[in-house]
Amino acid sequence: MSLQNKPVGMPKKKSHAGRYISVAVLVIVTLIMLLPVFYMISTALKSNVEIRKVPPTIIPSQLHFENFGLIFSKIRFGTYFFNSIFVAVLVLIGTLLSSSLVSFGFARYKAREKNLLFMLLLSTLMLPYPALIIPQYLLFRNIGWVDSFLPLIVPSFFGSAYMIFLLKQFFSSLPNDLFDAAKIDGCSEFRTWWNIALPLCKPAMATVSIFTFLWTWNDFITPVIYLNTDSKFTLPIGMSGMISAFRLIPWNLIMVGSIYSLLPIFILFFIAQKYFVEGIVLTGLK
Amino acid sequence: MKLNENGRQRLNLYIFLSPWIIGLLVFTLYPIISSLFYSFTDYNIIDAPRFIGIRNYTDLMNDDLFFKSIKVTLYYTCLSVPIQLILSLALALLLNQKVPFMGFFRTSLYLPSMVSGVVMSLLWLWIFNSDFGLLNYLLSLAGIKGPMWLMDESWAIPALILMSLWLTGSGMVVFLAALQGVPVSLQEAAVLDGAGKWQQLRVITLPMISPIILFQLIMGIIDSFQTFTQAVVMTRNGGPHYATYFYVFNLYTNAFKNYKIGYASALGWLLLVTVMLLTYLIFKLSDKYVYYEGGQN
Repeated sequence: MSLQNKPVGMPKKKSHAGRYISVAVLVIVTLIMLLPVFYMISTALKSNVEIRKVPPTIIPSQLHFENFGLIFSKIRFGTYFFNSIFVAVLVLIGTLLSSSLVSFGFARYKAREKNLLFMLLLSTLMLPYPALIIPQYLLFRNIGWVDSFLPLIVPSFFGSAYMIFLLKQFFSSLPNDLFDAAKIDGCSEFRTWWNIALPLCKPAMATVSIFTFLWTWNDFITPVIYLNTDSKFTLPIGMSGMISAFRLIPWNLIMVGSIYSLLPIFILFFIAQKYFVEGIVLTGLK
Repeated sequence: MKLNENGRQRLNLYIFLSPWIIGLLVFTLYPIISSLFYSFTDYNIIDAPRFIGIRNYTDLMNDDLFFKSIKVTLYYTCLSVPIQLILSLALALLLNQKVPFMGFFRTSLYLPSMVSGVVMSLLWLWIFNSDFGLLNYLLSLAGIKGPMWLMDESWAIPALILMSLWLTGSGMVVFLAALQGVPVSLQEAAVLDGAGKWQQLRVITLPMISPIILFQLIMGIIDSFQTFTQAVVMTRNGGPHYATYFYVFNLYTNAFKNYKIGYASALGWLLLVTVMLLTYLIFKLSDKYVYYEGGQN
């Protein structure tokens, strides 16, 4: 750093001290935030006796890796995990297909009422889901879909307002000439969407995929309302049942289950961190 | 039939939009309208709905649990949302000063936000455990005897607020991106004019990111009004003396446990109207008090 670049009257020492304090604060806050995660792992490796020790041990005296296998025999963890994967993958397919189709329509075609329709889309972003669940439940009950995965999956094939909004921003940034050229070459509208627009939007689709997966994987309220049979439970319901299913709460196994259920999300995060950050920023959401 | 260019554009628009339009009608508009209808009926799912006028709404006014649930929800919202907002902004400001290992800090602080509501609730239930929990152990090291947290009527909501701070990282990432969008030239100009760090923050940085702050605030409040998972997982029946009986918990109990569909629909409609009014009000306010770049003069 050369001296000439330094603005006049800025004491150098003070700003350095400030930097150190900032880093110190960040280190402390980060440690506090990570402590529960560490305790999750530590509890997962403890024996049934050690989880009830007073005072609690921070590091297990003996590492019980067999807990990671035990959970599959004590509860139907494998079933829950598979159900969650099944639902999340189908919701992902539905959301990607429908949202990209709709957002392409919004970006490419013109009509006087288009802005009005887009405002309508935006206004549904704010709708509180709990206000809609009762009539939606009655609707699905009337067609006999309660206690099946259909109410969790089928709505995703009709587009998600967030994802449509997000993808539309990307599609709008593509030059219209590109699509016109495709048309002149005899490409149908659907093929333009499938063969030209979609491949160009891979980054946006990655963001959409990650967040759709994350939200579906973590969703609690929808499955808790629609699913009644143990063999159909997704991970969040199956795991929430663990605190009432046993005489003594198996905290070590609950933490094992938590680690397993976080695994796909963490893997996704480390593969596609860039898209994660973009998504959070674009939707302004968690 | 031959269409002119405008007609063809419109036809294509509606073809591509059709999944969303059908979804909107079936999964959004129909539910909104039918729940308004149900809110004027007495309906237990088995017998046909019976029209009872506004009785569900007048019953609400005499329902202590209804008022209790509003109190609980507001208490939680009024504390957790502002604290989270300030904390996430502060962390973003710290991270924005070219600190070393920024990527590591950002990832670590964001990590808890990826955890599902159920896993977070189970983990913190364990941490808050009054006998074997980590939190009271750490407090005891400092010579403090920790409360019973979720089992204690007056500590249940503070416990949930404390837990909500674990999710500060998601707001921080948004603020960090907003801060990185503030033009450096403006800050340099301020420095040349002799502005200190604090003045830069107050006069330039905060006004520049005020739309994001407002958006985070609205979304935070709307989200918080819908708190459900934590309450159900951590306190099965709404906690001691209904201490954690959140608004949506009340709605859920009435609809899916007591099968008072009409009554619960009235609760749903009140929530809908409240959220819509709130959104409208804050957007109106934002025209007045928030700085938008390139906006009105």
